[in-house]
Amino acid sequence: MSKGFAVVVPDRAAVSQYAGLSVGAWRWIGALIAVALAAALPFTVSNYHVFELTMVMIYAIAVLGLNILTGFNGQISLGHGAFFAAGAYTTAILMQRYGVPYWATVLPAGLISFVLGVLFGLPALRFEGPYLALVTLSMALATPQLLKYFDNWTGGVQGINLAKVVPPPGLGLDHDRWLYLLVLVVLIVAIRVAANILHGRTGRALVAIRDHPIAAAAMGINNARYKTLAFGISTLFTGVAGSLAAIVVSYVSPEGYGMFLSIAFLVGSTIGGIATISGALVGGLFIEFVPNFANDISDAAPAALYGLAMLLFMYAMPLGVVGSLAPLFTRWLRQARARGSGRN
Amino acid sequence: MHQFLQQVFSGLAVGAVYGSVALALVMIYRATDLINFAQGEMAMFSTYIAWTLVNAGLPFWAAFVLTLAISFLGGMTLERIVIRPVENAPVLAAVIVTIGLALIFNSLAGWIYTYTVQEFPSPFPDRPILGALITTNDLGVIIVTLLMLLLLFLFFRFTSTGLAMRAAAQNPVSARLCGIPVGRMLAIGWGLAAAIGATAGIMVAPVLFLDPYMMGGVLLYAFASALLGGIGSPVGAVVGGLIVGVTENLVGTYLIASQLKLTVALVLIILVLVFKPHGLLGTGIVQRV
Repeated sequence: MSKGFAVVVPDRAAVSQYAGLSVGAWRWIGALIAVALAAALPFTVSNYHVFELTMVMIYAIAVLGLNILTGFNGQISLGHGAFFAAGAYTTAILMQRYGVPYWATVLPAGLISFVLGVLFGLPALRFEGPYLALVTLSMALATPQLLKYFDNWTGGVQGINLAKVVPPPGLGLDHDRWLYLLVLVVLIVAIRVAANILHGRTGRALVAIRDHPIAAAAMGINNARYKTLAFGISTLFTGVAGSLAAIVVSYVSPEGYGMFLSIAFLVGSTIGGIATISGALVGGLFIEFVPNFANDISDAAPAALYGLAMLLFMYAMPLGVVGSLAPLFTRWLRQARARGSGRN
Repeated sequence: MHQFLQQVFSGLAVGAVYGSVALALVMIYRATDLINFAQGEMAMFSTYIAWTLVNAGLPFWAAFVLTLAISFLGGMTLERIVIRPVENAPVLAAVIVTIGLALIFNSLAGWIYTYTVQEFPSPFPDRPILGALITTNDLGVIIVTLLMLLLLFLFFRFTSTGLAMRAAAQNPVSARLCGIPVGRMLAIGWGLAAAIGATAGIMVAPVLFLDPYMMGGVLLYAFASALLGGIGSPVGAVVGGLIVGVTENLVGTYLIASQLKLTVALVLIILVLVFKPHGLLGTGIVQRV
């Protein structure tokens, strides 16, 4: 169905060694440097930028969830904002009503989103292609309404104010930087988990179902089980992101979780590369920063830019930034290695 | 009983509008095999064009006809420039492009006309008739919709262009071999859909008032109508629209508070897709492996 969105599987065999170290070792070194840089970053910029970067990572986790479902499994969701809201409100209600400490609400929020995702994924098995998009779109439109309606739980239009997180004493970290590091840890775990799922048996099953459901079933893949599972995992990621957002912003309200949020995830996903993992980071950057710049031009500009970006990327770069550039990088590595071995 | 009948009739008027937008969706679905998520925003933008023309001093019906003509040309242009490149692309690409289009129309309207809610003139006097069962405005909306349906039927049944369009939708390859310019037929399909949507927008604007978000809820109910009628069936779309309109009104009056309007649409869509995926008048699609 969506053969245009091929997954980039790095050709490991072709680039097994480079400069005396295996590719695996290079990967680890690269990842460690990236993590070290990310951990050092908040200490070089102002508090407000730290907050913005935290939001970038949160959006990246949410987009990663969408990528698993839409990019790798081909189930189009235009309503992931609803699961983001589910995570956020779980955290808010647990913290405000039951006095649960903030860090203990992230996992329950993820679990509740997982259950909701599986429950939604079951009827979704019967909705093909554009129909699923339609159903999830209506879910995105209905979310703020539902949140307002159950106002004794959700606080209605006013939303819920949350207690500001107090960083643990003795670390010498302020509020913003502590949360940044916390979200960074969750992001790393999320990327690792996503990579493990997608590069293994499950990931291959998901991609097979996306590319040819009948052939996948013929190979013995239980389509219904994997599709429902993909829905659950995807919404788990997005729910965790929603929970973190509620903690960081320390406020939830219905209007923040409407149509526009769901579309923002889709835009981020498209731009980063819908069938990639690291593309989610590019998507997060886009979602956080582009509307900020655009708002200076006009109220309508963020939506206009989102729309234009969607059209342009679909015409010019349907695999997204990472999806288009990663194969080039792999080829460059292989050529570099070929040159290297030629000299020796 | 009187209240019940009143609700049924005003439901029929609302349903006529849902049915028109659903009809536009079906036109595009039949022509290019994709669901146009921008249909509502296109209709909203057309309504703004009509509003501009009326404010410029044109008589209402002149503005109406002129708006339909502009929308028709606009729809054709859109198909040629924006939709053509993704016509044979994966579903996801088409969905993303039409959503992008919806965002662009919405923000364009906000940019040009601001997000302030505007009043829109109604062409019909608004007074109750037939023993207060129905207002003249509602009756006018129903009549305009039925007229539009009749014209479309005549167009598809008795003109050669209509025949060519049906052929192009049903079997593009054979149609092309017969010398039918399939691409142009698809563009005309989009043009017609845009004009139908414009009619719906103009009919509903006096009730809902005009702002860039006017068509959000309408589009959702139009989806429900199109699915209920069977997404490939034009008559089904209008029948579905009327049923959905009446249902929505009755549910809103007797069962569930109107703040959950959109949720009712969501539930309707899911119910139809789960229990009657081909709709009332649609035919099942058998896929050959």
